[in-house]
Amino acid sequence: MPMAADEIEAMIRAGIPDATVEITDLAGDGDHYAARVVSPSFAGMNRVKQHKAVYEALGGRMGGVLHALQLTTAAS
Amino acid sequence: MTEDTNARIDQIVKKDDVVLFMKGSPLFPQCGFSSRAVAILDHLNVTYESVDVLQDQGVRQGIKSYSDWPTIPQLYVKGEFVGGSDIMMEMYESGELAELFKASAPST
Repeated sequence: MPMAADEIEAMIRAGIPDATVEITDLAGDGDHYAARVVSPSFAGMNRVKQHKAVYEALGGRMGGVLHALQLTTAAS
Repeated sequence: MTEDTNARIDQIVKKDDVVLFMKGSPLFPQCGFSSRAVAILDHLNVTYESVDVLQDQGVRQGIKSYSDWPTIPQLYVKGEFVGGSDIMMEMYESGELAELFKASAPST
């Protein structure tokens, strides 16, 4: 069962409260998304740690129900 | 993950300078993200070892806990986890990936 874009956004924001989240539905099929997550809390973290923070907010769904999420992250 | 799988993955990761865990082979990638990872490495003219996780369920699951990273592909350089295809793409665009390979190239 794929996830809706606003559900993905809500989970990321719940896990990283200061995050700005932009979700793009890449294929229009509710299954292939791109997310850009910007959060001051990422400052000083390398990309792997930033991505892991987002995956953690998604509570294990990444790689499961969410198999196609392109992710970019930045501190500002 | 069994100790065994972990040890096996550790061995694979450390055996070659550049290792890509992917779905399918570089010639026939079985997933868009793996295909993108291959394209980036090929474009940078990097010699790398690829591991098709679809051929080995132990490695397919084990690699995710090995790096604490939920998705495939996964790139390792000199035994260090670098990232998945999104991070590879960002590092490719910024030139960091080329720098990384230059820095880790065996001196001749």
